[in-house]
Amino acid sequence: MAKKIPLIETISLKGLEIAPSQTWGAVRLVPLIRKQPRTDLRLFKREYDSDLSVVSVEKDCRYISYVPHSLVLSWSDDGNPIAAAGGQLITEGKKFACGATKIDLLHRMAKRESKNSLRILPLHLAMEGFLAMYFQGSAIAWKEYSKQAQSHGLSPRTEWSISGRSIAYLEDALRIFEIHEHQVGVLLFVSETLASAFVVPTPEDYRALHNSLLEDFFGETLYYQGLYGIASNLAATIDADKVHNFDDLTKALAKMRNDWSSFQGFMAGDILDRQLQSKRIYTAGAFSLQRFITDLNLEQNNYIGEAIVDDASHLQYLKIYGLTRTQTKRAYLLQQLAKHDWHFERTAQAQGDTLEQLVRRMEKLGFGYLINNQLREKCRQK
Amino acid sequence: MAMYFALPEEEVAREDLLMFINACLSCTGQREFYDDAYGQKVSLDFLHDYILGNYRRLYCRTLAAGINHFNQIQIILKLLATGKDTKAEDREEENNLITSALHNLPPHRAWKLLLQIRRRGINNRRARAIAKHYLNSREDRLEFNAVKYRSKLQAIATHNHFKLAPELNNFLFRRWDQSFTSELFEQFRAGHYSAKAIYNLPFTVAEGLAVKHNIPRDRFLAGIEGQMTAHEKLRLQGSSEQAGTKVEIDPRRLPLTKLALYILSLPIKTREQKRSELEQAIQTRIKTILGRSPIKFGRVCAVLDRSYSSSGSSEKRRRPLGVALAVNYLLAESAQEYQAFWTVPVSDPLLVTPRGQTNLADPLLSALASEPDLVIIISDGWDNDPPAATAELLRVYRGKLDPQSKVSIIHLNPVFNADNYNLKRLSPLIPTVGIREAEDLPIVLEFAKFAEGKGTLAELEEYLGDRVKQLLQG
Repeated sequence: MAKKIPLIETISLKGLEIAPSQTWGAVRLVPLIRKQPRTDLRLFKREYDSDLSVVSVEKDCRYISYVPHSLVLSWSDDGNPIAAAGGQLITEGKKFACGATKIDLLHRMAKRESKNSLRILPLHLAMEGFLAMYFQGSAIAWKEYSKQAQSHGLSPRTEWSISGRSIAYLEDALRIFEIHEHQVGVLLFVSETLASAFVVPTPEDYRALHNSLLEDFFGETLYYQGLYGIASNLAATIDADKVHNFDDLTKALAKMRNDWSSFQGFMAGDILDRQLQSKRIYTAGAFSLQRFITDLNLEQNNYIGEAIVDDASHLQYLKIYGLTRTQTKRAYLLQQLAKHDWHFERTAQAQGDTLEQLVRRMEKLGFGYLINNQLREKCRQK
Repeated sequence: MAMYFALPEEEVAREDLLMFINACLSCTGQREFYDDAYGQKVSLDFLHDYILGNYRRLYCRTLAAGINHFNQIQIILKLLATGKDTKAEDREEENNLITSALHNLPPHRAWKLLLQIRRRGINNRRARAIAKHYLNSREDRLEFNAVKYRSKLQAIATHNHFKLAPELNNFLFRRWDQSFTSELFEQFRAGHYSAKAIYNLPFTVAEGLAVKHNIPRDRFLAGIEGQMTAHEKLRLQGSSEQAGTKVEIDPRRLPLTKLALYILSLPIKTREQKRSELEQAIQTRIKTILGRSPIKFGRVCAVLDRSYSSSGSSEKRRRPLGVALAVNYLLAESAQEYQAFWTVPVSDPLLVTPRGQTNLADPLLSALASEPDLVIIISDGWDNDPPAATAELLRVYRGKLDPQSKVSIIHLNPVFNADNYNLKRLSPLIPTVGIREAEDLPIVLEFAKFAEGKGTLAELEEYLGDRVKQLLQG
């Protein structure tokens, strides 16, 4: 039995190089290069044409969302290269017509389909983890909770996001982007805010999946940042005093590339320098599929995502979603509540708030339906 | 802003004119990789109006500067529409230039231009006289032209009140009930009644009649192949294969840039199979070009952009890469020593594809290190690996390693940038000139010295004057 791959603590770009970016409008795309790709792991896209997908996550728990495509992961146990058979051959799940709406019934976020292939719903896997996080509720029936919460539990938990198509310039930016040789991934910035990161095992997979970024979902603030923002005009320079011959110029060019690489690494600090909280989802031979969330620091941008790392802890697959401010606040609030066993007063006290302030905060963040009406009225009068 | 006011009037005029000629060398109002067709058209149209309004004489002389057909047509139309602004002393030259430019256009473009006169509602004595003169000059091929461009000729005749020969008149205005004495007209008439008769007609005419007679596409293409022009064959490569008969094309009959584009349209495997045939065709073409205008270069290096953006657009498929490939072959034959540096290295230029990022700095550095006399860069100017690295490299190179500019570096740009009415530059230190066909390379290089900022306005005017003389005499 091979050694178990440890949980991801930070995202490291080991084995990947950051190349200079290409910009269009407010969108900046930073290529990630892998000189030595593995051949024993491949990703394929499988498209769904339904308007809505219902995924049964576990007993009595459903995840409902629009899912445009899934990714099918194939690997070999003995390290032999995998042929590029498409991911479209299998029809899966049940389909329903609900009026004009087509609905897909899917089973699990990550589902093994044959001995060496696994179907995952990209980003939805991470989002499902995010929605379920800290949302178990208390074992004690505190009297401040509403009747609905007491008898039916806390659900449903919902979040809204926008499609990549509604970010201005993104479609054109992806169309005109010149894919590098050996490119396996991309960092996407909108108005210089890290919006997404996407890494796949091989350059061929990347070429096939490049446009799938458009079908991903993004935090709604990126809509405004795409519309009103702009990508800044970065430039690296050569120090002319140090150049005396062609060798110096060659070195200066190499240094220029280095500067670009390190500066863009710094720009992606919101994900690269962060402590992550990860959870193992599936172990496939020498690869481990995990989902993660950053440390919910209210001062920084926070991300959720999923990744596949191999036994050398090289990143083989990565996809992240940038949480909006409100989404972060919501998760933070739930985290605090869970920490204090879902008791309102204790939670408020721990944060130096009054009960009224906490209730108001919960109402603003959309959790008002959890609170007993008497308490809400009382707080409103004060 | 003070700087702009301080610029002498001459300097402004020179820059305006350079900008305009550059645009006219590359832009065709079609969609590009980064810009849409509408943006290109609007931008170019504004530029035309601006130059016409301010420098009418130079605007007219640009007709002789070796610019592309699309812009020649635009210039002629705009001049004809605003004839009353022509000064008396310029009138003769303007008329002569318009006439000779019109006569040098390929017939389909010339007839279309005359049709545009009607569409734009231009109706003056000069325009009518020019149309009439063109009609008379086509006397020997008029029957053929009348068959091939019947609707255009009919509209032009109506607009200009031509008094045509009775038979031609009957032919154009659909009096087809009696037989014609002209053989071609009679074949056209017969083509309406007999499916067998259409194969003697020009391809585009026969195509419509084939539909009328319900002739299957593959049978029609097999029968009409002898009547097709090289361009028609080129256009039908894909669709004829789908229809079931492959129209064979003789690559030796294509002009150099078209040939390069044809090569790029073939899959890699086919290019390898046809290698000797294609290379032979290239050599034949280059010999004719060099025979016409002998160019001799010394030690030349070319930095050629084969990045993904050189795939052009659906309207200009692989045009930037095609120009680069054609120039590559032309330089290989006309230079004493030649080395090509592609943005992503290729072992064999015949197998080149538009792929990868635009890394111009590294190949340029390798080119400069081999100490040539001339470096030609062909790129759309979107330098992105790293961004603006070429500008930085050239700044330091010219500042420290080659302060006397011993090595001349010229940037040829096949793409017009609609946003700033100009070609995208790589660096202010090197001239940027537009290019559309590799065959224009000698003209473009001649023009480059003005683009570099070395020549004055007077010299530029003199250069244009010489070109005008050449055009009018030749």
